[in-house]
Amino acid sequence: MAYTLNINGVRHTVDVDGETPLLWVLRDTLDLKGAKYGCGGGMCGACTVHINGSPARSCVLPVAGVVTAAITTIEAIGDTPVGKKVQEAWLAVDVAQCGYCQPGQIMAATALLTSKPKPTDAEIEAHMNGNICRCATYNRIRTAIKMAAGEIA
Amino acid sequence: MNQIMNHQSPMTSRVTSRRVFLKASAAAGGGLLLNFKLAPLSAAAANTPETAYGAFIRVAPDGIVTIAAKNPEIGQGIKTSLPMIIAEELDVDWKNVRVETASVSEEKFGLQSAGGSTSIPRNWDNMRRVGAAGRQMLVEAAAKTLRVPASELTTASGVVTHAASGRSLTYGEIASKAAVVPVPDLKTVVLKDPKTFKIIGTATKDVDGPAIVTGKPLYGIDVSVPGMLYATYEKSPVFAGTVARANVDEVKAMPGVRHVIVVPGTLAPGATRLNSGLSGGVAIVADSWWQAVTARRKLRIEWNTPASVSQSSEGFAARAAELAKQKPEMSIRRDGDVDAAFKGAAKIVEASYSYPFLAHACMEPQNATAHFKDGKLEIWSPTQNPGAGRGIAAKALGVAEKDITMHMVRAGGGFGRRGANGNEMCAEAAWIAREAGAPVKLVWTREDDIRRDTYRPGGFHNFKAGLDAQGKLIALSDHFVSYGSNGNFANNAAMGGNIFPAEFVPNLDFGASLMPLGTPTGSLRAPGSNALAFVFQSFLDELAHASGRDPLEFHLDLLKERRAKAAGGGDDGRAAFNPERMTGVLKLVAEKAGWGKRTLPANTALGLAYYFSHSGYVAHVAEVMVNGPNPTPRNVKVNKIWVVADVGGHIVNPSGAENQVQGAVLDGIGQIMGQAITIARGATVESNFDAFPLLRINQAPPVEVHFLRTGNNPTGLGEPALPPTLPAIANAIFAVTGKRLRDLPLSKSPGASV
Ligand code: FES
Ligand code: FES
Repeated sequence: MAYTLNINGVRHTVDVDGETPLLWVLRDTLDLKGAKYGCGGGMCGACTVHINGSPARSCVLPVAGVVTAAITTIEAIGDTPVGKKVQEAWLAVDVAQCGYCQPGQIMAATALLTSKPKPTDAEIEAHMNGNICRCATYNRIRTAIKMAAGEIA
Repeated sequence: MNQIMNHQSPMTSRVTSRRVFLKASAAAGGGLLLNFKLAPLSAAAANTPETAYGAFIRVAPDGIVTIAAKNPEIGQGIKTSLPMIIAEELDVDWKNVRVETASVSEEKFGLQSAGGSTSIPRNWDNMRRVGAAGRQMLVEAAAKTLRVPASELTTASGVVTHAASGRSLTYGEIASKAAVVPVPDLKTVVLKDPKTFKIIGTATKDVDGPAIVTGKPLYGIDVSVPGMLYATYEKSPVFAGTVARANVDEVKAMPGVRHVIVVPGTLAPGATRLNSGLSGGVAIVADSWWQAVTARRKLRIEWNTPASVSQSSEGFAARAAELAKQKPEMSIRRDGDVDAAFKGAAKIVEASYSYPFLAHACMEPQNATAHFKDGKLEIWSPTQNPGAGRGIAAKALGVAEKDITMHMVRAGGGFGRRGANGNEMCAEAAWIAREAGAPVKLVWTREDDIRRDTYRPGGFHNFKAGLDAQGKLIALSDHFVSYGSNGNFANNAAMGGNIFPAEFVPNLDFGASLMPLGTPTGSLRAPGSNALAFVFQSFLDELAHASGRDPLEFHLDLLKERRAKAAGGGDDGRAAFNPERMTGVLKLVAEKAGWGKRTLPANTALGLAYYFSHSGYVAHVAEVMVNGPNPTPRNVKVNKIWVVADVGGHIVNPSGAENQVQGAVLDGIGQIMGQAITIARGATVESNFDAFPLLRINQAPPVEVHFLRTGNNPTGLGEPALPPTLPAIANAIFAVTGKRLRDLPLSKSPGASV
C-alpha cells in the first residue's frame, strides 16, 4: 500500500506493507542509512528518530502509524540549532569508537536538550539509558551532552 | 589459532624482523606517489611482482597528503592512528592529511587484521620508516632544486627550508621532483627524535567523525549494490545441524519473496569450528529485508541434529564438579613439589571459580553483501580480517581466492567476532548470491547474531594454595576444567603455563581436564586473559586476606619473588613479563586512587587487580558501594575506576587511547554484572539484549585513565585494560561485604536471587 511520509521536511511516498517498521523504510526504501539496526525490539536505541520532536524507536514503529507525523532523522538533525550543537560537541569530545550507536545517541541527546537545556546528571542518565553503546563511550557521551548544554567548554 | 597457547618469539623481534619495501613514482595528476608493502611474516617477499605494491602515500602539488589506512577499522581508531605515525615522520601538518581506506590485499599491505591489539605494535616501526623515507626524498629533491647540500635543509609542516639563504619550498612544489629521487634504504633513514613529535602523542580526532555524527553510510550494513536483493538465513539452533525438511513452498508464496534456498552446508559432521565450513540452513531472499524476515516467521524446518544436542550449561557444571574431584587429565606446568609444600604449609586456602560463555554482541549485527558474476565474487563485509572472509568463501563455493575481491567496510564493533575464527557470513552471502543470481545483502537478525557466535568459552578453576607462617605464597595448584576433546582444547579454551603467579611461586601445579563441546568458541577482546584475570586475581586477593595482609603490600612483595628469568611469560606468550613494569603501574594506581589513604563512604571499599596481556601492563582500583548483605547487580554500584597502563613510551593518539581504555573497563563491568550465554539442548538460550544485557549509561562510572610512559615500543590498547576490571570489582565487593564472587556473573550469584 502507498504511504506518504513527511521525513526531514520532505514528502516521500512509499509502497510498502503498513506493518513495515519505519526503520526499514528509511534504510532500504528511502536509502537513509543513518538510523541503525541494533536489536529490532526497542531495546538499544540505535534506530532512534524523532517523531514530532520526541525520540522514538523506529524499529518498532509500523509505518502506517506515522503518516501524519513530522519525522526527523540523523541526516537532518544538524539543521536544528540543538542538533547542530550536539553534533559539534560529539566531534569536539571525539566520542565515537566504532560509531555505530552514535546516530541514535545524538538523536536521543538532541531530544533531551531540546526539552531540558540544562539537564542534571540524573536526568542525563535517565534519558540516555535506552541507548546502548557496545563500545561503552558513556564517559564521553556525558561530557558531550554537558558541552552541548554549554556547561563545559 | 589459539591465541593464548601461542608462545612464540617476543614482540620486539617480530616487529623489527618484518621487512618493508618501498617504491616511488610520479602520481597521476602530479606529485609524489610512495607505494610500499610489508613482507608477509612468513614468506620472503622480496621478489613479489611489482603489482603487489599498493598506493599508500600521495603528496599532491597542492601539498595535500593522502594516506591509505591499511587496517580494518572496528572502532579501535586505527584508521586515524596509523596515518598519524606516517604523517609525523613525513613532517606534515595533520590538517593537510586525508585518509582513504585501502583495498584488501595481503600481498600489498602485509597482514591486514584487527585483533590481539597488534596493529600498532606491528606497524609502529615500519610506518615511521616509510614516513621518514618520504621526507628524505623530498629533502633531496629540494637540495637539488636549491643547489645546496641536503644536510643544510630542515623540514617542518610540509615545508623544506634552507635557513642560511632564507629560501624554502613546500612539499607540494617539489613532490613531482621527489618522485625520481632514488628510494633510500629504510634501515638507515633518519627517524625523528621522539621529543620533537608533533602528531604522535597529540589527541587527534577520528577521521570518520564527521561522517559518523551525520549518519553517513559507512558500515557494512549500509552497503548498497545496484540490483541488490536482501536475505535472511536460518541455521540449525544446534551447531552443525542440517536441514531435513522445510516448508519451502509456503514461504516462497509470501510477499516479496524471490527465492527460498536450502543450503546443504559444507561442515563436516562433528565440526566445532565456525570457520571450518558453511553451516546448513534455509535462506530467504526478498525484495526487502523486512519482507525476508517476515516470511521467515512462517518458516518451519526439521533439523538433522548432531549429538551435541545433549549438551547443556547445567550438565557442564555438574561434570566439571565431578572432574574437579579427580586428577587432571593433563599437566600444563609443574614446578617444585606442591604436595610436599602443602603438607608443610602453615595455612591452606581452597576455592573454586567459574565463568560463563560470553557473546560478542557487536553493535552492528553480522552481515555481508556478495555479488557472484562470471565465476568471480565480490564481497563487502565489516570484518576484522578480510583475508579470512575471502578464505572461507573460497572454500565454501570452490572459487579461487584470486577471483574474490574483498571490500573492507567500517565495522560497528569487532571484539574478536569478526576475526580469523569468524567471517562465515561472507561464505553465506556468497552462496546465497550465487544461488539467487543477483547481488545479495545478508543481514543477520540480532537473534541470529547472539545465538550463533564464537563464544568466549566458559571455564572452571579449582585452586589450592599454601601459605607459610609469614603469609608468603609457597605453593599453588589449579585444576582447570575446560572444553575440548582428545587432549586438545577447544578454540580459545586453553590456559598457558605462564599465567601469573607462575614463576613467582616455588611449587606450582597447573593441570587441566576437558569436556567435549559442540558449540563454537573463539576469541573475545583480551582472549584468555578476560577470564583468567578474574580467577587468578580474585584468588590472589583471597590469599592476601588469608595472610592477614593488605592486598597492595601482598602483591608488591609477590612481584619481587621471580624465580627465574624465563624466556616466555605473560598469559599470551607474546612478550616476557617484566615484574618491575607491573610494580610501577600498581604503585601508581594505588597512589591515584588513594589506596589506604582515604576515608570512604559507608558500605564502600576499594578493590585492586592487575594483569599483563597483549604486552600491556595494566592495574585497576575499583571503588564499589554495596547496599545490602548479598551483592546483586541492583545493589552493587561501581563509583569509579582508576586505571594505570604501561603500554610503552608513546601513546600514538591519546584521545583514542583514553576512549579505548574507558571502553574496555566498562565492557568488563557489563560482563561481571549480568552477561552469560547459557547452553540448553545443545543450543544457545539467550537471543537479544533483554537476556544478554549490555552495559547502559546508568551503570557506567567515571573511568580515570593514566598512562605510565616507559621506554618501550608502544603496544596495543584495545584489550589489556579489560581483564583487571572484573577482579578489581569482585575484590572490592569482598572488601565491603565479606562475600566472595566466585561464579560469574553477579546476576546469577546466589545472593541475586534472594
Ligand atoms: S534497533 Fe531499535 S531499539 Fe534497537
Ligand atoms: S561507538 Fe560503538 S557502539 Fe557506540
